[in-house]
Amino acid sequence: MTAGAQEPVSGDSVPTAPAVASVTLLTAEDYDYDDGDNLVLTWEPSTDDQPDVGSVTGYRVYRITNNGEPVAVADLLPGSQSFRVQDLLVDSAYQFYVVTLSAKTSAESMRTSVMLTEREWINWNLWNLMLITLVIGGAILVYIETAKRGKKLFIRKIAGLEAIDDAIGRATEMGRPILFIPGIQDMDDVQTLAALTILGRVAEQVATYDIKIRMPVSRSLVMTAARETIKASYQAAGRPDAYSEDMVSYITDEQFGYVAAVSGIMVREKPATVFLLGTFLAESLILAETGNSIGAIQIAGTARPAQLPFFVAACDFTLIGEELFAASAYLSGEPRALGSLKGQDVGKAMAMAAVVLGVAAVTLYSLTEVGFFKTAADWLQALFTITSD
Amino acid sequence: MRREIPLGITIFVGFLAIVSFFSPPLEGLGEDFTLFFDIIAVFAFFLGGGNLVRIHATKLIKRKADWVYSIVTLIGFFGMLAAGLLKVGNPGGIAAPVTAPGSLFSTLYFNLNLPLGATMYALLAFYVASASYRAFRAKNREATVLLVAAFVILLGSTPFGTMLTSWIPHSLDILQIPNMAVWTLSAPNLAGQRAIMIGIGLGVVSMSLRLILGIERTYLGDDRG
Repeated sequence: MTAGAQEPVSGDSVPTAPAVASVTLLTAEDYDYDDGDNLVLTWEPSTDDQPDVGSVTGYRVYRITNNGEPVAVADLLPGSQSFRVQDLLVDSAYQFYVVTLSAKTSAESMRTSVMLTEREWINWNLWNLMLITLVIGGAILVYIETAKRGKKLFIRKIAGLEAIDDAIGRATEMGRPILFIPGIQDMDDVQTLAALTILGRVAEQVATYDIKIRMPVSRSLVMTAARETIKASYQAAGRPDAYSEDMVSYITDEQFGYVAAVSGIMVREKPATVFLLGTFLAESLILAETGNSIGAIQIAGTARPAQLPFFVAACDFTLIGEELFAASAYLSGEPRALGSLKGQDVGKAMAMAAVVLGVAAVTLYSLTEVGFFKTAADWLQALFTITSD
Repeated sequence: MRREIPLGITIFVGFLAIVSFFSPPLEGLGEDFTLFFDIIAVFAFFLGGGNLVRIHATKLIKRKADWVYSIVTLIGFFGMLAAGLLKVGNPGGIAAPVTAPGSLFSTLYFNLNLPLGATMYALLAFYVASASYRAFRAKNREATVLLVAAFVILLGSTPFGTMLTSWIPHSLDILQIPNMAVWTLSAPNLAGQRAIMIGIGLGVVSMSLRLILGIERTYLGDDRG
């Protein structure tokens, strides 16, 4: 204390911590396209909320309960300007306020007006996906109806499917079995279902030519479904007596345990024809190369782009992506199924048109800088972008 | 009825799954159906496991070809089953998790199963070499293009490839091997992959509609679908 200075006299007021400004313009709105359990709060941050120099340490959101008591809902960091309140009750009324926190003080905002949660039954944010689904689905249904009325539909030749008859014939001549691998996934995978539909056609020919079919599987449900499929095929071929449950056997769910077992079957039993159809992961090349090493004719098909190069390199015929799904329609020749193949061509045409128009729009904009082309390109991009929130 | 009931369930669940994607109140149904499937798949394991034991026990009893390997299979099957069910060696006893460190199950899995799986996985290195040797032959135009592209991409991943074309001036740096490799992967390769994926997506839609509408019924054991 310097000379001449006076000590504070008792009774004088003690300096208090400076007040912190509260948030302003706090509003509550219904969260769009939800099940009526969300609301969104937005506000202008406190004027004391400045990066590095501000005194605000955070915000606390409060909800007013039915009996008027405030309940803390969330603690937010400085700089926050919005918060989504979740797990609310549908068609219920809520009110909120936000407290600005600093080291020593706090400031409460005005309360929001009472807000009702609303449930939306349709998520209109997905309008573009709905439109595309309706167009493609509608086209498929139209072509199915067209095919039912007897109109001939052209389907291009698929080499892998044309070779199935020859492959089965080869097994018949050599007197060796056919090995059918339906992938390593379960019945909830559409590729496994596609493989089983092909199995039905193959098994009918196997029954007709009286050769053996061996099908080791890695999922129990696939074993059950495959047995039903083969049994029906043998009945359709008039050979129910030749069917045996042991044609389909469960190995293991473990990926490389299954691969080891199948490789062993290939090397010991030396099938003349190997079908590798369905979902495959890293084991695709092991199976394909093992099949190649025993001299079997191999027809593979998968919709996993990463595995396609291995099959193309190691197998005699490969069904690429959509050809796997087209196989059952192609082999049966059933008009309704063929109609669905034509319908998906509409989707391809849409994709091609979008690619050409999009590339043209972006290129023309970069050359001319005319706003219309940018608008067109952005609109096309938005059409194929999914935003669920 | 044997076909109609499963078909009816397929149609109902299929349409509900599509609608649930677009309807917020029904969004949780997709996850529920997945859970239902998982529960059914677990019960189905009894069928698969029982089938495995039956086949190998029959092979063993009747001394069929390679019956010795069936002993290995059955010992492995029942050994792991006992270790897991009875929680042999688990610190904390029967109430402890199956995969608790120090348990017999954990020991067998990490010291036996995983190395065996890694061994199978390692075969890929040799199979990639043998498949590449057969695939990269200039038998025709397309094969020659494949060979050249593979050559560029392989070289571009090595320091030797960088060194080979480092003399090319900056204005023509697209001709440097590493840049050619990057361009090959990010332009024509990616375009081809995307085209395949568009086709796959449309194929899945078509196949799914055929399944939902009951046009495709082979998987139900009905060959007249």
